[in-house]
Amino acid sequence: MKSLKALFGGDVRQFTMLFALIALLLFFQVATGGKVLTPSNMMNLINGNSYVLILAIGMVMVIVVGHIDLSVGSVAAVVGIIVALTIRDWGIPWWLGILIGIAVGLVIGLWQGWWVAYVGVPGFIATLAGMMFFRGLNQYIGKSNSVPVPEQIQWLGGGYLPEWGPNTGLNNSTLLLGIIAIAYVIWREFQLRHRAQRIGDQPNSALVVGMRVTVLVAVIVYVTYLYGTGRPGTSFPVPGVLLVLLIIGYHILTQRMALGRHIYAVGGNKAAAALSGVSTRRTYFFAMANMSVLAALAGIVFIGRSTSSGPFDGTNWELDAIAAVFIGGAAVSGGIGTVTGSIIGGLVMATLNNGLQLMGVGSDATQMIKGLVLLLAVAFDVYSKQQGKPSITGALIAALQRTKTSPEELAIVAANPEIEGQEAGLQTASSAGDTTHPKKDVPNGRNTTE
Amino acid sequence: MTTTHVKLEMRNITMEFPGVKALDDVTLTVRAGEIHAICGENGAGKSTLMKVLSGVYPHGTYQGDVVLDGEVVEFKDLKSSEHAGVVIIHQELALIPELSVTENIFLGNEVVSKGLIDWDEARVRTLDLLARVGLEVDPATPIKRLGVGQQQLVEIAKALSKDVKLLILDEPTSALNEEDSENLLELLRGFRAKGLTSIMISHKLNEIAAVADAVTIIRDGKTVERIDVTDGPLDEDRIIRGMVGRSLESRFPTHEPNIGEVFFEVNDWVVEDPALPGRLICKNASFNVRRGEIVGFAGLMGAGRTELVRSIFGRSYGVYRSGSVRMNGEEIHLPTVESAIEHGLAYVPEDRKTLGLNLLDTIRRTVVSARLGKIVRNKLVDDDAEFTAAEGYRKSLRIKTPSVNEGVVKLSGGNQQKVVLAKWMFTEPELLILDEPTRGIDVGAKYEIYALIQQLADSGRGVIVVSSELPELLGLADRIYTVCEGRITGELTKDQADQESLMRLMTTTSH
Repeated sequence: MKSLKALFGGDVRQFTMLFALIALLLFFQVATGGKVLTPSNMMNLINGNSYVLILAIGMVMVIVVGHIDLSVGSVAAVVGIIVALTIRDWGIPWWLGILIGIAVGLVIGLWQGWWVAYVGVPGFIATLAGMMFFRGLNQYIGKSNSVPVPEQIQWLGGGYLPEWGPNTGLNNSTLLLGIIAIAYVIWREFQLRHRAQRIGDQPNSALVVGMRVTVLVAVIVYVTYLYGTGRPGTSFPVPGVLLVLLIIGYHILTQRMALGRHIYAVGGNKAAAALSGVSTRRTYFFAMANMSVLAALAGIVFIGRSTSSGPFDGTNWELDAIAAVFIGGAAVSGGIGTVTGSIIGGLVMATLNNGLQLMGVGSDATQMIKGLVLLLAVAFDVYSKQQGKPSITGALIAALQRTKTSPEELAIVAANPEIEGQEAGLQTASSAGDTTHPKKDVPNGRNTTE
Repeated sequence: MTTTHVKLEMRNITMEFPGVKALDDVTLTVRAGEIHAICGENGAGKSTLMKVLSGVYPHGTYQGDVVLDGEVVEFKDLKSSEHAGVVIIHQELALIPELSVTENIFLGNEVVSKGLIDWDEARVRTLDLLARVGLEVDPATPIKRLGVGQQQLVEIAKALSKDVKLLILDEPTSALNEEDSENLLELLRGFRAKGLTSIMISHKLNEIAAVADAVTIIRDGKTVERIDVTDGPLDEDRIIRGMVGRSLESRFPTHEPNIGEVFFEVNDWVVEDPALPGRLICKNASFNVRRGEIVGFAGLMGAGRTELVRSIFGRSYGVYRSGSVRMNGEEIHLPTVESAIEHGLAYVPEDRKTLGLNLLDTIRRTVVSARLGKIVRNKLVDDDAEFTAAEGYRKSLRIKTPSVNEGVVKLSGGNQQKVVLAKWMFTEPELLILDEPTRGIDVGAKYEIYALIQQLADSGRGVIVVSSELPELLGLADRIYTVCEGRITGELTKDQADQESLMRLMTTTSH
């Protein structure tokens, strides 16, 4: 059991969600008599949810810095109508339409980011205003009509990769993606081993490495097979490829780049971040602006999928994205949350939708179930934190490790009761950092009162 | 106190958390009407013991008996212990800044008549309570307008409103200046005269020696010793020995400074209050720092020491009006924290939990956080370099942790402070500004931090130490500036300075 942690690395919480997702898929597979894990259904799952998952990537960054963005659905809608109309009425090429759409998203993002970062309007309010304004703007520009989009954009929102080369029984593009993924898994294992040697760390045992590689490769092979054996002309969907690229890019940005560190630092303790030379304004500005750009992208993918842009596109998307982020383990108070976790959270919601639908459950019951799942997932998270346990799996691992805790660790645990006031301290800091006065980036607690 | 009536007895208290015994057979005996001090290093179990007493850890979670006035009590929560007259005042004050004194005092315990709050009666009672703690403010004043010392008094008034019979104060003076601390101790003496029993957790041995009738020392979750004043006056060294389990030859490492030329100068520094335009918080402050020198800044709370150093550190406080900073003979401009770090300044804030650390982060990420650029290669943070750096500091500063991958929240106060110091050492500063570097840290860890500060100075850096504890400045600094009302009122070398001369300069007001 201890090797479970070694198997998957640090973040146990995320793997709890991943196991939940797999369990959910298997449950529905059985409950529907095998309708879930079929090529066409899995393609639908990606195509029908890619836009929410794209939004979740941006939303988790906004939530980690301590804000929220309610305007994403409206922003996506307004970008969608602008892209559709410019292509139809101005006769510009489709790719220029997309560029215009992204540019509009950027401008909207700069606008909202400015209000949040430099004027000090809380993100909740600035984007609530944006939600109303851009919904209206979408309907004003489109005169509340639906506007069709060209094929290329439809390809982006629901198309498939080309078939080429020899007949392998699978779609060769999908096969290629699978091979790249497997190559990466193996390459990474070598990297890890090499790195452990370099920094004098104990490399993982051959057994652990072997198991990890086997599990990951098996999953990749299965997914490749599933997506590669759909009806002719289908493959791993194009929006799925786009999504994977975005996940990789934003995972690197949040986990490996300085900007990502700044996002977590500002969300975790704004005052401490400011005193470490991090510009809180720039960080807020980036998170908000970036969110609108991703909303623009989501809007474009969506109009491609639905073949036209309409006046009610994007309704309630912000809520789906926010739910995905919180199911994925983000903290309401900021500072905690990951891109991969949010994607898993989004997939949990998507799988629920899809599985319940295939079981013939009506949308009324589906919504109730989704609501309860969100509530329970976050309640479980809150409960685990109060108990000081990371999760069920985490608790199991801890229980097994407990027997061999070193005396040094004990000393540290013993120190814990003394420092329990910390959370209270944090709250004081954030409440003192009045969001309506961004000039006071650094609240100076007690000393100034005379 | 000559009474032999025992107010409180905690018998053989054992408290286990998963995998660790936080309290192991602890015994505490407090006689009625005495001031009883509890000493111990951070992590020794003092706060846990008080949480058992006040019902935060309810009956059933611990073994042993809590005996109040001869009867075994089984508190199930804070409310039930308060009902029995046991009131705890935490180190971090639990007042709501936006509410008035009256509202705070009766919060959760409102004066209700016929289902509605009787504000008139509440005000009358507040006036009475404030008189008892010697605080002269209008009960309608919002808490945020009061100073920390006054807030502390409001907390005590709140405790009195609950008909307190056993008052527990957790580090009551840690945020107070000397004058407010003295007032508070005087108040406790007054309560004792009226028969109120108090328990005081404190790191400040001189205060314990000044007011306590008895001391219980706890180490590693066990009672080490109970010392009674009737056995003779309290001996600080004996308490320290009991706390750390070894004798500290001296509280400060011996040190031979190696002082070079002046390299950092501030001239006519003027800064305005960010909240009150027109009010100056630094008035023509000028000072300098030499290489290898430890420069102390002494002043009462609110004198403007923290504001001064922070306004220099990238204008992170206040509104800059005029003045110049010269480093190595050249004038430098530090409009942002980033620029200050680039110029080789480092600032370790006074409150590590709210200003120094992101408590959600790991040790390794914290250590590199103030100068990430140093380990960014091709736009990516170099994980290996990060680990190597953090691991290096873990060893050299002896940060007690199983791994640098642990969260900083798991560390004790002293180890957290070492992480903050590591974070700033990583920026390779020429001038380190340390604001209350040992606040809330136990004696053993303090010694280590002092030694570290001296090492930093010996490596040719300049160190500024802002401290509210005069003995600390006298023991550590080579030169001390005194600050009063935003002005630098004096400059004394180590040989010239003593507590009296400093205190005189710290209270010199120029009108």
